Amino acid sequence: MSAVDATAADPTATGGEARRLTEWVFRVRELGIVGAFVLLMVFTAVMEPRFVNADSLRNLALNAAIFAILAAGQTLVIITRNVDLSVGSVLGLAAFMAGDLLSAHPGLAIPAVIVLGMALGAACGALNGVLVTFGQVPALVVTLGTLYAFRGVAFLWTDGRQVNAETLPDAFLNLGTGSILGVPTLAVIALVVVVVVGQALRDFRVGRELYAIGSNPEGARLAGVRSGRRVFWAFVASGALAGLAGVLFTARFGTVDATAGSGYELTVISATVVGGVAIFGGTGSVYGAALGALLLNTITSSLIVLKVDAFWQQAAIGALLLLAIAFDRLVGLRLDAALRRRSALRAG
Amino acid sequence: MPAEAESVTTPAADDAAAAGRSADTTPDADAPRSREGLRAIAGRWETLLVALFIVLLPIGQAISPEFLTSDSFTTGSLDFSEIALMALPLTLVVVAAEIDLSVASVLGLSSALMATLWNGGLPLELIMPLCIVAGGLCGAFNGLLVTRLGLPSLAVTIGTLALFRGLAFVVIGDDSVTDFPAVWTDRAFGNFAGTAVPNVIVLFAVLAVLFAVLLHFTPFGRSVFAIGANEEAAFYSGLRVKRIKLTLFVLSGAVAALAGVVISLRNSTAAANVGVGFELTVVTAVLLGGVSIFGGRGTIGGVILALLLLGGIQKALLLSESISSYWIQIVTGTLLVSSVLGPNLVRRVSDARRRHSTQPTQEVSP
Repeated sequence: MSAVDATAADPTATGGEARRLTEWVFRVRELGIVGAFVLLMVFTAVMEPRFVNADSLRNLALNAAIFAILAAGQTLVIITRNVDLSVGSVLGLAAFMAGDLLSAHPGLAIPAVIVLGMALGAACGALNGVLVTFGQVPALVVTLGTLYAFRGVAFLWTDGRQVNAETLPDAFLNLGTGSILGVPTLAVIALVVVVVVGQALRDFRVGRELYAIGSNPEGARLAGVRSGRRVFWAFVASGALAGLAGVLFTARFGTVDATAGSGYELTVISATVVGGVAIFGGTGSVYGAALGALLLNTITSSLIVLKVDAFWQQAAIGALLLLAIAFDRLVGLRLDAALRRRSALRAG
Repeated sequence: MPAEAESVTTPAADDAAAAGRSADTTPDADAPRSREGLRAIAGRWETLLVALFIVLLPIGQAISPEFLTSDSFTTGSLDFSEIALMALPLTLVVVAAEIDLSVASVLGLSSALMATLWNGGLPLELIMPLCIVAGGLCGAFNGLLVTRLGLPSLAVTIGTLALFRGLAFVVIGDDSVTDFPAVWTDRAFGNFAGTAVPNVIVLFAVLAVLFAVLLHFTPFGRSVFAIGANEEAAFYSGLRVKRIKLTLFVLSGAVAALAGVVISLRNSTAAANVGVGFELTVVTAVLLGGVSIFGGRGTIGGVILALLLLGGIQKALLLSESISSYWIQIVTGTLLVSSVLGPNLVRRVSDARRRHSTQPTQEVSP
C-alpha cells in the first residue's frame, strides 16, 4: 500500500525506479513461495517417498484447486481493503444446492448446475456488497454476520439431510475426479479461473481501479473511480467464485451436508495473505494468492504424510497468516524508508 | 449508566470525535450539542434496547409458556454467561477502535489447558489461575503484534483465532476431561445462596461493575475513549496509547480464559472444541449494545442491555418447538449487521431531511 502511495505521489523519473523496486519486492515474494513450496516437496519426498507418487500429487492438486479458486475471489476483495469472511458458508450453500439438485434431477446439464451455483454465490456476495457499500457497514461486521447467517440457512435447508455420492450422476462426479490429458479436471478449471481473474486484475481498467481503491480510497474517489460500484462487484465476484468452488466441492467429495466448507475462510484468508496480498489493501496478485493456496495445502498434506499430529494444521495456518502480515509490515517499512532515501537523494 | 459516555469523554476527545469521524454510526453522536431536539427524537440507543426487550417478553411468552419462568431465566443466563463475560473486556477493546476475534479460541485453549493440567494431577485451585494467566499471555501476544508491529487487530486476531484454537487441539487433541470434582462443578452450575440467580451471573455482575467503573469512572477509561475517538490526538496529548491498548488485549485474553474455566466446570467437560463460533455472539452483543465499531463510543450499560436482549431472543428460540434452533445463527448474524446498518440508515434519512428543511449553509462540514 505504502509503496504504491509513494509511486503515485511522485510520478517523475523516481516513479519508474520506485515501481521497479516495488515490483522486484513482489517478484521476490512470489519466488519465495515457490521456493518454500519446492523445499517442502523435496523435504517431504525424502522423508516419505510415497508423497510424490501420482496419487498423492493428484490429491494435492485437487485440494489446492478449490482453495485457489476461493483465494482468487478473496484477492479481489482484500485488494480493496475489505475482507470476505463468508466464503466458507457460501461454498457450503452452493455445494448442498448442487448435490440436492442433481440428486433430484440427475439429467440436469452440468454447466447449468455450475451456473446456478455461481448465481447463488453471486447473490450472497451481492448481499455482502450492498451492505458494505450502500449500508456503509464495515466488511468485517457484514461478513462475520453472513458467515453465520448463511451457515444457519444451510442448516435449515439441509434439515439434517446429507447428499451421498451414490445419488449423484457419474458424469458430475467425473468432473471432480477425472483428468484432462493427465491433469485433474479441477486443477484445469482452477488454472483457468486464476488466469482469467489474474489477467483482468493486472491489465484491465476495472482491475487497476480495485488497486487504486485499496491503495488510497480518497485518491481513487477524487480520480473518478466509482469505488462503491467496484467494491460491490468485488464482493459479487468473490461470492460467485465461492459458489463455483461449492459445486466443485460436491463433485470432488460426493458427500455433502450442512457443514461443507466450515472454517475454510481462515485457510483462504491465510493463503491469500501468505501469497502476498497485503491485508492493508492495494497490493498483491491473484497468482500469488493461488501460490499461497498451493503452499498451504502442501503444508497440510506434508503434515499428514510426515505423521505430524493432524491437530497442528490449524495452528500452522494461523501462525503462517501472522508471519505473513508481520513480514509484509516489516518489508513495507523498509521499502518506505528506501524510497524516501532515494527521493531525498534526487531532490538534494 | 446511559449518560456516562458523554460525561466521561474528555472535551478533547469530543472535539476530535466531531472533527475526525465522518463515518460515525449513530445519529446522536455527530449531531452538534445545539440540536438537542433531534437527539431527543432519535432517542438514546439504550432506550431502544429496553423497548425491544419489553417487546420481546410477551412474544417469548407466546412462543413458549416456559419463557417467563425463573427456571428459564436460570438456564438461559447460565448458557449465556460465558458470552456475557467475554463481552465486557471486548467492549473496552472496541471502544478503543480495535477488535478481538480470538476470544472464543482463547476460551477453547483455556479449556484444553485445564483438561491437560488436570490429567497431569495438578489441583484445580492452581489450574484455574494458571489458565487465566495463559489467557492473559494470549492477549498480550495479540496486543504486542498490534501495538509494537502496528498490525491491524482484525488481521492479527483472525490469525490467532486459528492459532489458539489450533494450539488447543495440539494440547489435548480429541480427548476431553469430565471428572472435575463435584465441589467446583456444583459451584459453577449452582445458584447463589438459595436464589434463582446462578453463581456465574454473580461473577458476571461483579466483573461488570469493575469494568463499568474502569471504563466510565477512571482516567484509564477516559483514555480508552480518547484513543478510540482519535488515536493520533490521544498520542499527542500524552496518552500511552500502546500500553493502554496492550492492557485491553491482556484483559480480553484473561477474561476469555476465565470464561473457558467457567464453561468447562459448568458443563463438566473440558475439551479443545469448546465455544467454537462464540466470537459471533460476543461481537454482536458489543455492537448491539451501541458500541461504535469505529471506536470512541459505547457504554457497559448498553452492552449489558444487549446481552439481556440477545440472551432472551436465543432462549425464546431454544424453547420454541416449532422454530428450528438454527434460526439462532441467522437471527444473531442479522442483529450484528443491523446494529451498525440501522443507525447508518437513520443518519442518512435524517441528513437528507435536514438538507431539505434547513438552509444549506449550515450543512457545510467542518
